[in-house]
Amino acid sequence: MYAYDELDRTLINERVSEFRDQVKRRLSGELTEDEFKMLRLQNGVYLQLHAYMFRVAIPYGTLSSKQMRAFARVARKYDRGYGHFTTRQNIQFNWIKLAELPDALADLAEVGIHAMQTSGNNMRNVTSDQWAGVAPGEVEDPRIWSEILRQHTTLHPEFSFLPRKFKIAITASEHDRAAIKIHDIGLRLLKNADGETGFEVLVGGGLGRTPFIGKTIKPFVHGRDILSYVEAILRVYNQYGRRDNIYKARIKILVHELGIEKFAKEVEEEWKQMSDGALTLDYSVVEEVRSRFSYPAYEKLPHMPDELKQAAHDPLFERWRKNSVFPHKVQGYSIVTLSLKPVGGPPGDATADQMDAVADLADRYSFGEIRVGHEQNLCLPHVAKRDLPQLWKALERIGLATPNVNLVTDIIACPGLDYCSLANARSIPIAQELTRRFANHDTADLIGRLHINISGCINACGHHHVGHIGILGVEKNGDEFYQITIGGRADEGAQMGTLIGPAVPYAEVADVIEDIVEAYLALRDRPEELFVDTVKRLGVEPFKERVYATR
Amino acid sequence: MTSPLQQKIKITGPSMVTANRTWDGVVIYRTAQKGWSASLADAAIVRTSDEARTLLSEANADDVGAIGAYIAPVEIKDGGAIKPGNLREHIRSEGLTIDLLPVPA
Repeated sequence: MYAYDELDRTLINERVSEFRDQVKRRLSGELTEDEFKMLRLQNGVYLQLHAYMFRVAIPYGTLSSKQMRAFARVARKYDRGYGHFTTRQNIQFNWIKLAELPDALADLAEVGIHAMQTSGNNMRNVTSDQWAGVAPGEVEDPRIWSEILRQHTTLHPEFSFLPRKFKIAITASEHDRAAIKIHDIGLRLLKNADGETGFEVLVGGGLGRTPFIGKTIKPFVHGRDILSYVEAILRVYNQYGRRDNIYKARIKILVHELGIEKFAKEVEEEWKQMSDGALTLDYSVVEEVRSRFSYPAYEKLPHMPDELKQAAHDPLFERWRKNSVFPHKVQGYSIVTLSLKPVGGPPGDATADQMDAVADLADRYSFGEIRVGHEQNLCLPHVAKRDLPQLWKALERIGLATPNVNLVTDIIACPGLDYCSLANARSIPIAQELTRRFANHDTADLIGRLHINISGCINACGHHHVGHIGILGVEKNGDEFYQITIGGRADEGAQMGTLIGPAVPYAEVADVIEDIVEAYLALRDRPEELFVDTVKRLGVEPFKERVYATR
Repeated sequence: MTSPLQQKIKITGPSMVTANRTWDGVVIYRTAQKGWSASLADAAIVRTSDEARTLLSEANADDVGAIGAYIAPVEIKDGGAIKPGNLREHIRSEGLTIDLLPVPA
């Protein structure tokens, strides 16, 4: 966990007072909506279909049990008893009243949580690997660098009015769990031949209307230079990024139009002027930030405790353990993913009671720490293996032990037309129907790793382009239709999926997905060949044929 | 910002003006009494583009009470009942179409 200092606390509290005054002036009519809109967006407040939506940042996906309880309180006191974890390590409350928002912000500020820059054309929440600091083989904890970037970019005047929003993700593992290739800037922490810490820097990734995979702009930027290099990229973007057309304003368009070589040259020119200046990170600064992260006092524990050996006789426990429990860098400990994808539930939602219960379990079993991943699941990052059987029973009781992590029912979905004012079609009911179709765990296990991503519009909050199966809702003559892509992926081998054919109506989507999965089961050359690898080997044609032959 | 009076507004059937209430965001409908109601049944119905433009203009004039006013289609059923004219408005009027996680009362 990162401990905020006095400066952080003052900043957050001042922001609450400022917003309280802005809301008061808006409600009295002193501020018009035109004047107020940007102010509320800068505090994460959107207007959606039914109500205001309040988006709160969970920097690099790390939460304390205290902070999770604050989310539960906000959900209960100001909302309808639940919250929605998003694909960018935020939580959203869907039913909040503007008049009560300052109080909700104040409650969150007490535990060091805020909503700054969760909206608007600025630097958004810096995201990272939800296994940061505990993943075996990690170069080093990427949250140190995420925090340095967070501090530098928060309320930075030069980056508060960018051409469009700007998103950074950081990973420090070979396997990319932070989806860095679909971010405006993706950073991969690595060591050079001399053992020095630095970053491969990618730029220009993003989804939405014009999707691009990020391109490597520099294979190694030394850690001491990362702030100045990122700032050089942002300066070039700020200078040349388009402000005349919202659909062409993201950095990905600039990188695409200039070409990566020319863009890199511009950045290099800019960087030359500042690379040895005030933004060069002193070792002591990095160490100061590092020192504010606390790490658990792990015990020396056996690799295979007796409790785990005994529990292994229970097939239900074993099913969950094999699916949701992952290796930890410290012997005797595990990383546990808590699925927020129960059969028939809205993906990513958690009730206030579940949040409180997770906080209690984190205190009991995970040194008070919780993580949030972009797949819209939670994670307990430091669970002693001996505690796994007890934890599983507790998770079962609160509905968070569905053994479907990375399987066909672990669906990523945006809120869609049920909540979102931008959506053209619903996402959640499609996800719910699919989880019912594939509810049988044996079937899901047989299918293996398969990511389905659903977006209710081209803005792609459900990351449909990079789903193994992507589902995009569109509107045709007032009816909901869905385009299906296959073969996308969001990891280190990120690529866009390929459209398989004409959009299908709402009522047929689940049938189509079943057809695709059945085709895969028939076509894979061995049980271990993942869906996405079968698509890579055979292309989309056999799947297309299966789906459209009878339609 | 273009004045609502200058905006090109063309409706092809019965329509109403809807917005969200400023202080809490609740869905509201412009009434014939120049006020707002949370019930679609109370919505003022317009049938010509000129009527729609006037109703929207009046709605936009209430910047303190409502935000994001716009014209949306409705269906008038036999007997005069007003129903939302598209799925978006159906969801705004009737609520979510999904099953939520059970939340204790």
